[in-house]
Amino acid sequence: MRVMAQMGMVMNLDKCIGCHTCSVTCKQAWTNRAGTEYVWFNNVETRPGQGYPRRYEDQDKWRGGWDLNKRGKLVLKAGGRVKKMFGLFASPVQPELKDYYEPWTYDYKTLVDAPLGDDFPVARPKSLITGEDTKVTWSANWDDNLGGSAENGHLDPLVEKVRRESEDKIKFAYEQTFMFYLPRICEHCLNPSCMASCPSGAIYKRVEDGIVLVDQDKCRGWRQCVTGCPYKKIYFNHKTGKAEKCTFCYPRVEVGIPTVCSETCVGRLRYLGLFLYDADAVTAAASVTDPQELYDAQMDVLLDPNDPAVQAEARAQDIPEDWIDAARRSPVYALAKVYKVALPLHPEYRTMPMVWYVPPLSPVVDLLRDQGHDGEDHGNLFGAIDALRIPVEYLAELFTAGDADRVTAVLKKLAAMRAFMRGISLGNDPDESIAEAVGMDGQTMYEMYRLMAIAKYDERYVIPKAHVEQAHDLEEMGCSLDFDGGPGMQDSSPFGEASGRPVPVAVDTFNALRDRQTSDEVSAGTSLKGRVNLLNWDGRGAPPGLFPDKGPEPGTLAAAEDQP
Amino acid sequence: MVTLEAQPGAAVELSALDIVLWGVLPYVMVVVLVGGLIWRYKYDQFGWTTRSSQLYESKLLRIASPLFHFGLLAVIAGHFFGLVIPKSWTEAVGMSQDFYHFNALFVGGIAGIGTLGGIVLLIYRRRTTGPVFMATTKNDKAMYVVLTAAIVFGLWTTLASVFEGGHGHNYRETVAPWFRSLFIFQPDIAAMAAAPFSFHLHTLVGMALFIIWPFTRLVHAFTAPFHYLFRPYIVYRSRDRDGGRTGGRARAGAGSRSVTTAAQNPNAPAAKRGWSAVGTQDRDTRNR
Repeated sequence: MRVMAQMGMVMNLDKCIGCHTCSVTCKQAWTNRAGTEYVWFNNVETRPGQGYPRRYEDQDKWRGGWDLNKRGKLVLKAGGRVKKMFGLFASPVQPELKDYYEPWTYDYKTLVDAPLGDDFPVARPKSLITGEDTKVTWSANWDDNLGGSAENGHLDPLVEKVRRESEDKIKFAYEQTFMFYLPRICEHCLNPSCMASCPSGAIYKRVEDGIVLVDQDKCRGWRQCVTGCPYKKIYFNHKTGKAEKCTFCYPRVEVGIPTVCSETCVGRLRYLGLFLYDADAVTAAASVTDPQELYDAQMDVLLDPNDPAVQAEARAQDIPEDWIDAARRSPVYALAKVYKVALPLHPEYRTMPMVWYVPPLSPVVDLLRDQGHDGEDHGNLFGAIDALRIPVEYLAELFTAGDADRVTAVLKKLAAMRAFMRGISLGNDPDESIAEAVGMDGQTMYEMYRLMAIAKYDERYVIPKAHVEQAHDLEEMGCSLDFDGGPGMQDSSPFGEASGRPVPVAVDTFNALRDRQTSDEVSAGTSLKGRVNLLNWDGRGAPPGLFPDKGPEPGTLAAAEDQP
Repeated sequence: MVTLEAQPGAAVELSALDIVLWGVLPYVMVVVLVGGLIWRYKYDQFGWTTRSSQLYESKLLRIASPLFHFGLLAVIAGHFFGLVIPKSWTEAVGMSQDFYHFNALFVGGIAGIGTLGGIVLLIYRRRTTGPVFMATTKNDKAMYVVLTAAIVFGLWTTLASVFEGGHGHNYRETVAPWFRSLFIFQPDIAAMAAAPFSFHLHTLVGMALFIIWPFTRLVHAFTAPFHYLFRPYIVYRSRDRDGGRTGGRARAGAGSRSVTTAAQNPNAPAAKRGWSAVGTQDRDTRNR
């Protein structure tokens, strides 16, 4: 047994309101640079829907993830090492920009600069790739809130699958049936197929916290990882020619604060914490024959942090004491393995994903309410979960490789929790029978309720800090994502585009902060250069630049020109 | 003027230009190539990439790029066969000059035409696909000129000997001995000087290509990922790459809090991780 620690995330889909705040803040933090215009490390998909990039779950086409070969050995679906080497010159299956979308902006300037005329000026969309006028036809969340699903709904690979396996009548009522949101980031898998696909060995998993990163210096742009990742969460920066991916906000996590997407989540639906897992058991677990048993295999890989034997082994592996303690308090471990309400996304890809989802009960509750039933009554809910096969089967395609019973069990737990807590809220005695109906006891159910409904910041995010003795190394990790316009990022340096050494994150942040503190504008204007931004002023003393220069004497021509 | 024995009995007058081009330039080229590669590997890892444009356009690339690259691999193999293996060796195994010649022209011609067709398609694609053209730098354009010229002139030498037939120039008696002599630092300048102009031109453009090589996107060829065939699929890397050894340094620089931590746990083992040896080398091998 080799105990390793893994940062994990759980998202409670019942709470997601589809506001895209996580996507936007993530983009502002990580992918607001040239070359990554089309990249969303975090995106929110409306399901049923095609997703981003379009139909990424259709692995018959995109060949992502792992497969078992005839001898039951784990092999990359897109082909082994030799086949990959022959595909270097033109990657055989790689999504193109049109599969994501062509990023665009608007010609806002004409709104301001257009001369007076009879017509209103229009801000036309301009492609961020070519700079030409463009027609906006698709985006990362084009089918948001089932937009266009009457026409395109059947293009969801999971809908196709459920329809194939179900009776015909589902077909017609399908689009009206249900809807929920699925926020997605990199899964930081235990058995990542992107890493296995990388010819250069540039993608690595950090032993300390399991975060999967791309070494920007080692990446040579062979782009096999894009094919390898079944979630299509590795992106090719078309300007630097390097692969980029969600970093689990490692600079934040290392100092004990949650990722940007978690921090800004309006619904507070994300949980962050540690898993302890047995690294030696991963390959065997991912090689289980029946895809529907992969969930159980993944559960077995996760170790119980309260088990003294596991703790002893963790100490033997030099996992710090505060990390073991954090693993004991981990909300993600509780939701995934103790309460067993969080499920992995597409376990059938055999990558052992470490971002988990509590499946949404709300489609069922909404339907009950619409039909005039009491959506909070556990009797009604239990029956409805069984009766409303369509959402359950769809969820099963997402989370349990098609095992509907497993999803039903989770939904029943959530329904039981609803009914159990409603009884308490109405002043009744806790109804233990509700908890027992789903194999729990009242106390556990109450604890689960606390974690899922009212857990505070430090209960939702249990993130042990990286150790101070490592601080020096953390300053300049080999995986900095660069900023446009930095010293190494000239448009066209002598050695080709984006050539040069990357600027370490620390230096870049320092410069950016200094620029911001001495400027009132987004781009530092000359007139305000050297001035103190009052928002950043600590109120003590009068630093240089607090007050504007005196300027020309009043009454002079220069002063008159300065008047607005 | 230096006089050297080019071939038995034939004394050839060498001009200064010959000495510079065939005696000095090859070594300058090697110095620039090797020095440039080392320098770039050290200081521009981030720029060392294929800069693939497949994201923008894939249909043409799917045909043109493998055509070009596989053609090029065949061309390189042909160069090796023609330049490195002496004529006497092939004769020793019973390969007649005519048979060799036919093979060289036939296989070499196909590979050359494939490579040329590939690069013409690639350049056409680059010029006509908007996003790809926009991502093309001046550096790329200059590189394409030299690369295409090297291929065209190389093909010219091959095709010329097709039309000259058996009476054509045999580069295995001029260019090849010169090439081999370079490696023992006894450049056979006279042999090269005796080769026709087309070979001179191809060799010069070829040397120019190798001189600019380290400074263009062509560098990706030197990191062809052969180690992928042998490395484990899953790569673990430690964040604190040399374990406890950095501990003292980090504590010294990290302020009072970490010192206190150390004082509280005087018996705590240095932060050496059991898994430090797992995985690939970290970036500390580079001088940053």
